[in-house]
Amino acid sequence: MSDRLPGFSTLAVHAGAQPDPTTGARATPIYQTTSFVFNDADHAASLFGLQAFGNIYTRIGNPTNAVLEERVAALEGGTAALAVASGHAAQVVVLQQLLQPGDEFIAARKLYGGSINQFTHAFKSFGWNVVWADPDDIASFERAVTPRTKAIFIESIANPAGSITDIEAISTVARKAGVPLIVDNTLASPYLIRPIDHGADIVVHSLTKFLGGHGNSLGGIIVDAGTFDWSTGGKYPMLSEPRPEYHGIRLQETFGNFAFAIACRVLGLRDLGPALSPFNAFMILTGIETLPLRMQKHCDNAKAVAEFLAGHPAVASVSYAGLPSDKYNQLARKYAPKGAGAVFTFSLKGGYDAGVNLVSKLQLFSHLANVGDTRSLVIHPASTTHSQLDDAAKIKSGAGPDVVRLSVGIEDKEDLIADLEQALGA
Amino acid sequence: MMNHDAYPDNYIRGILNGVKSIAMVGASPVNVRPSYFAFKYLAQRGYDMIPVNPGHVGKELLGKPFIASLSDIGGPVDMIDIFRNSSHIMPVVEEALTLDPLPKVIWMQLGARDDAAAARAESVGIKVVMNRCPKIEYGRLSSEISWMGVNSRTLSSKRAPAPTQGMRLSLNRMSVGGGTTTASDRAAKNKSEQS
Ligand SMILES: Cc1ncc(COP(=O)(O)O)c(C=O)c1O
Repeated sequence: MSDRLPGFSTLAVHAGAQPDPTTGARATPIYQTTSFVFNDADHAASLFGLQAFGNIYTRIGNPTNAVLEERVAALEGGTAALAVASGHAAQVVVLQQLLQPGDEFIAARKLYGGSINQFTHAFKSFGWNVVWADPDDIASFERAVTPRTKAIFIESIANPAGSITDIEAISTVARKAGVPLIVDNTLASPYLIRPIDHGADIVVHSLTKFLGGHGNSLGGIIVDAGTFDWSTGGKYPMLSEPRPEYHGIRLQETFGNFAFAIACRVLGLRDLGPALSPFNAFMILTGIETLPLRMQKHCDNAKAVAEFLAGHPAVASVSYAGLPSDKYNQLARKYAPKGAGAVFTFSLKGGYDAGVNLVSKLQLFSHLANVGDTRSLVIHPASTTHSQLDDAAKIKSGAGPDVVRLSVGIEDKEDLIADLEQALGA
Repeated sequence: MMNHDAYPDNYIRGILNGVKSIAMVGASPVNVRPSYFAFKYLAQRGYDMIPVNPGHVGKELLGKPFIASLSDIGGPVDMIDIFRNSSHIMPVVEEALTLDPLPKVIWMQLGARDDAAAARAESVGIKVVMNRCPKIEYGRLSSEISWMGVNSRTLSSKRAPAPTQGMRLSLNRMSVGGGTTTASDRAAKNKSEQS
């Protein structure tokens, strides 16, 4: 047996899945059950004590979900993963392992609007304080570091404008500060960018987007890179100190380079409860099998649509990192050579009204609040996803009043361009 | 000489498929200690386990009597699994080198590494693994650890028998990558180079 490394597409189809031992079923079965029978009292005790590998209760783990977890861990090059109910749930579970009340984390200012809300308001009520930094100014991350900083959070390709983040530069800041770098890789997917290769310690996803890819299932996942040493300085007691809820187990000592994923499962998911339905896991797994094919088509279509828009007289500007003239094109060439993703923004000379008009005239593009569907999607962030931000914050996060966001699907690009042409036309 | 920063799966697979008896130095009867976890798991997977810990002589660990030191084994043993901090490795290895016949493998637990001790063992033909857990490696290569969402870094299109208690699992799945490709091994290497 050789230790040859199979390619990404092979992993997308096979990683984590094998024929069902009981029935021989080749597709991953949906284990739609809440609970799993123990062999005997000792087996039950071993499972509850984290001494044996196995299933107890679907809030803690499920065999269908486990296939999804291993598959995404393999695609990202991580040691382990934990699937949860949504991308937002993944973010809560990750930070719960890292922050105590009164602690801080640094986040890039350019993020999905929902994440900006979650960090600013929901997390504040837990006593977790977000400090914003500008991903276009690496020094702003360095300046934000204090003794209470416990993590840095960025998006690889940032929602909504599709800007590319210099992951390596920010990972250097994180390493110097002795804190883990968390990268939300939702808009890139591991097909375009593998943040762990660039220094990320933890990767999170909204599986709802390109990984599931068909706009039919919510989900989230946390990938442990296995790179961070949690034991130094007692800074991360969830990982380094004896856990009273498990009779004094120290997770890092026991689980080594996948201790963070275990902490998320047994201290986060178990106690907070945002479990992913096995049915959703099945849908998302099926989606991932075609991720490389879809993602390439998404990117190729997005580039063609961006080029069309850049040449249209009604369009003031296009923000797509795949265009040679774009501010982020250098970073796109470095981090995402296969394509700069399929979510980007453009602004109309006619401002807010022209944006509303365009959205109402489109026939193929669906007006809705999601990205990463097979279908092409359009939204006006200023009045929807980013509406809770004030005007200055809207502009800072790339969602000014004249801005329209597209998520380009996998239809024929000629049809998408024709739809935009007719809607922009008169 | 083995590269101890990243072991090929075949190296670990060969060891776990080959050894039958394992003496665990530093085995603990306390059921939240990693050594207890590993001892119990390996016993359930059919290895002949021998607990070595002078502090518990007279007691048993899962039915096996504790012995005080390796010289008390009284027969050949395939592998010594050392559950001690890096600073306590050398004396255990020195004692292991006095055994006749020599053990085939010396394994140092997660977090434990002593390159000088490893070099001495390797110079007499003993295979060495450092900073790994045999339970985790067995669970990984059999993919049993996949229940925990862990990346086994193996694939198989074969239907495995439904696992039952106490059964040995096949470790012969296709590996998807040597250790050098994984970020966590790179991080561990960087750390050991800094220190
Ligand atoms: C980049 C990014 N991260 C996180 C999320 C949140 O994911 P979910 O809706 O699955 O909670 C989204 C959703 O739009 C997103 O675009």
